[in-house]
Amino acid sequence: MNAPIGQFKILNASRREFIKAGAGLTLAICTPAAFAAPVPAKAAARTASTAVFEPNAFVRIGADDSVTVICKHLEMGQGTYTGLPTLVAEELDADWSQMRAEGAPADAARYNNLLWGPTQGTGGSSGIANSFDQMRQAGATARAMLVAAAAERWKVAPEGISVKQGVVAHAAGGHKARFGELAEAAAKMPVPAQVKLKDAKDFNYIGKTAPRTDSKAKTTGVAKFTQDVKLPGMLTAVVAHPPRFGAKVKSFDAAKAKAIKGVTDVVAIPTGVAVLAKDFWSAKKGRDALVVVWDDSGAFTQSSADILKQYTELAKHQGATARKVGDTATAGAAKKLEATFHFPFLAHAPMEPLNCVVKLGKDSCEVWNGEQFQTVDQATLAAALGLKPEQVKLNMLFAGGSFGRRANPHSDYLLEAAYVAKAIEGRAPVKLVWTREDDMRAGYYRPAYLHRMAAGFTADNKLVAWQHRIVGQSILAGTAFESVLVKGGIDGTSVEGAANLPYAIPTIEVDLHTTTLGVPVQWWRSVGSTHTAFSTETFLDDICVFLGEDAVRFRLNLLADHPRHAAVLRLAAQRGGWDQPIAPGRPGERRGRGIALHESFGTVVAQLAEVSVDKDDKFRVDRVVCAVDCGIAVNPDVIRAQMEGGIGFGLSAALYGEITLKDGAAEQSNFHDYPVLRIGDMPRIEVHIVPSSEKPTGVGEPGTPVIAPAVANALFAATGKRLRDLPLKLA
Amino acid sequence: MITLNVNDRAYQVDVDPDTPLLWVIRDTIELTGTKYGCGMALCGACTVHLNGAAVRSCVTPVSAAVGKKITTIEGLDSKTAKAVQAAWQELDVVQCGYCQSGQIMSATALLVKNRKPNDADIDAAMSGNICRCATYVRIRAAIKQAANSLA
Repeated sequence: MNAPIGQFKILNASRREFIKAGAGLTLAICTPAAFAAPVPAKAAARTASTAVFEPNAFVRIGADDSVTVICKHLEMGQGTYTGLPTLVAEELDADWSQMRAEGAPADAARYNNLLWGPTQGTGGSSGIANSFDQMRQAGATARAMLVAAAAERWKVAPEGISVKQGVVAHAAGGHKARFGELAEAAAKMPVPAQVKLKDAKDFNYIGKTAPRTDSKAKTTGVAKFTQDVKLPGMLTAVVAHPPRFGAKVKSFDAAKAKAIKGVTDVVAIPTGVAVLAKDFWSAKKGRDALVVVWDDSGAFTQSSADILKQYTELAKHQGATARKVGDTATAGAAKKLEATFHFPFLAHAPMEPLNCVVKLGKDSCEVWNGEQFQTVDQATLAAALGLKPEQVKLNMLFAGGSFGRRANPHSDYLLEAAYVAKAIEGRAPVKLVWTREDDMRAGYYRPAYLHRMAAGFTADNKLVAWQHRIVGQSILAGTAFESVLVKGGIDGTSVEGAANLPYAIPTIEVDLHTTTLGVPVQWWRSVGSTHTAFSTETFLDDICVFLGEDAVRFRLNLLADHPRHAAVLRLAAQRGGWDQPIAPGRPGERRGRGIALHESFGTVVAQLAEVSVDKDDKFRVDRVVCAVDCGIAVNPDVIRAQMEGGIGFGLSAALYGEITLKDGAAEQSNFHDYPVLRIGDMPRIEVHIVPSSEKPTGVGEPGTPVIAPAVANALFAATGKRLRDLPLKLA
Repeated sequence: MITLNVNDRAYQVDVDPDTPLLWVIRDTIELTGTKYGCGMALCGACTVHLNGAAVRSCVTPVSAAVGKKITTIEGLDSKTAKAVQAAWQELDVVQCGYCQSGQIMSATALLVKNRKPNDADIDAAMSGNICRCATYVRIRAAIKQAANSLA
């Protein structure tokens, strides 16, 4: 799905209606395909006549001086509503206080992710990476048009005009104007064919720190999440789902549910039975009173132990080859190390349990959602409702976390809301609300995996062979992306981080058994790296111990061809005091230090972790030193925040994360039996960013996979006990 | 009809007495800054103040709030609360933001009782508030900053 970045044109989407409404200059940016197509222009004109809110644009400058950036990516905490405006403000020379962020509508012709071809969506830590040129172009174009308008008004040459912190000025003539004063005139200027982007040395915002645009709204309770949407006449739906994946409704008795005050409807839908009411609590009480008999004949009924047995058997045999370097196997090696790793299913468990609002019209469907996968959701909803994709309107709200879950390749919860709305024939807008228990038990987990690793050495202890076998479900199988992204039986998301191992080892073999289970699975913050970083980096630590080598120096020797990896590792080791002895713990405590290195989504991260272990083998992570190379650091404070949060999210899984299945049903339901990281578990964290002039890469995910191996390596250093299963259990 | 005092305003609500205060605040009174996260007092997203004390509104029946002063994130206006919100903004604590109303309610209640909390005090007082974005490093720092600004 890769398309070259930088192929886009900028259009002036301003209309007289906006000018009257005070919107001033509005710029649209189109990819060549969209530019050639007649539809967007018509769409723009249609919207122009009806709304102040112009969707088909990236930059809007109001008569009130505000600069609104229409953000094509979902803000789910990762800071894209700050990062994208940072890029625009830089080239526009705006003042940061002018900057606003607003969610883009679904329109892949204009708002596609430039790394995903014709698809609009947020994921793969690609927000800044795909928008870096596009958003700067948008800002630079707006700036050029403001300057042109000023030149015309003041009758001076544009070359003598400067723009600084939102003020356009001509020093020689003594002229000065704010953006708002020029916006209307700027909207009538021709769009420049080319704009020159700044040299890095002239950056005012990139690499500095611009505060988040959403801090105020999110600290005063006014930020709008899907959970907060209330439309006139809206009903809230709570759905009874079968306890087992793949089960169906056999029969249900709605009498008791309907007797609950406030309940309006009880309807069967393909995924269960929905109870609708005027508010959540009435709907929930209705569902509690509902009696459903489930048909388990087609249901998944295995337990975690059954799956483990099956995976253990498969791991004895060669799978499909994902990577092969050299042609010898460990069989011929003089010495050999072997290890097996187990990874459980994981729930995303965002703070906002999944939900969405659907309003059906005669030929329309409007959705309010923490919208992460516009193109897929539009197509899926359109197909289910007998509409055209463009008849599905998606309003992108803040998401209360996602960690991948809201980009479901089957649009699962959106489809469920649409089924409910359809079942009541569109009589009222429907807000689907999942309880925490619904969210935890709905599947679409990070798949469970088993890894088997082997290393071969010569008689004089040279590492010569590396074998890595992975067993687990494919995330992409059965999705629209399977045909494009699964090649030769290899789902790249199953082996990423393993197949691209950066270390120079004479022979490397990575193979994969893709299993088929009736458990729905999905990407989870950092996807394949959630498991491959752990097995590769703890096994490498094992190898260092076996050889009596230093974990940092040994890795550096294997990274001659990967200078960025080496630099990141060196930085973490140096700042973390790797070469100094670790400070002693409290009396009776053992302390240890571990390090791990991993690249994901083009960003390289190293983390050094320090742990303390008490006499009962209870441990805590005291301190983490994190080094990151993500190319140009667009917003360093957001990068630090994502490393801190990514470490916390990864540590949560490392310490606690585990969904187990019994006879096909998830055994966990809420935070008492699926514990997550709390403030007392959070280590002190230092983040160090490698200075770089390379194109930026993402930071939303790459902090997550590195912490579990760093902690496991630290626990080994403290106790001599090697943990190869997640979550980490020492006692 | 039940009469509630929310953010110094009287509301008449027609709900069952066992309805959790959370859903009355969100669905009936329509103040949506207070969030639903777990429904079992496990995550703290629903934290409000009842006569100044932090409580989990998802397990507090509305009948238990009658005659008491209920404060939600929208009604915070004490000097302490303003200092907490200011520190949260200065340090850019938030990420997704969904849990942050509850975090701020808990942090404000802590600072009213303890003007100079140390790390252990903070961890103890905030242990009931989950943040899946793991903004905990900055929550600790912001509480200390708010405490300093109030000293």
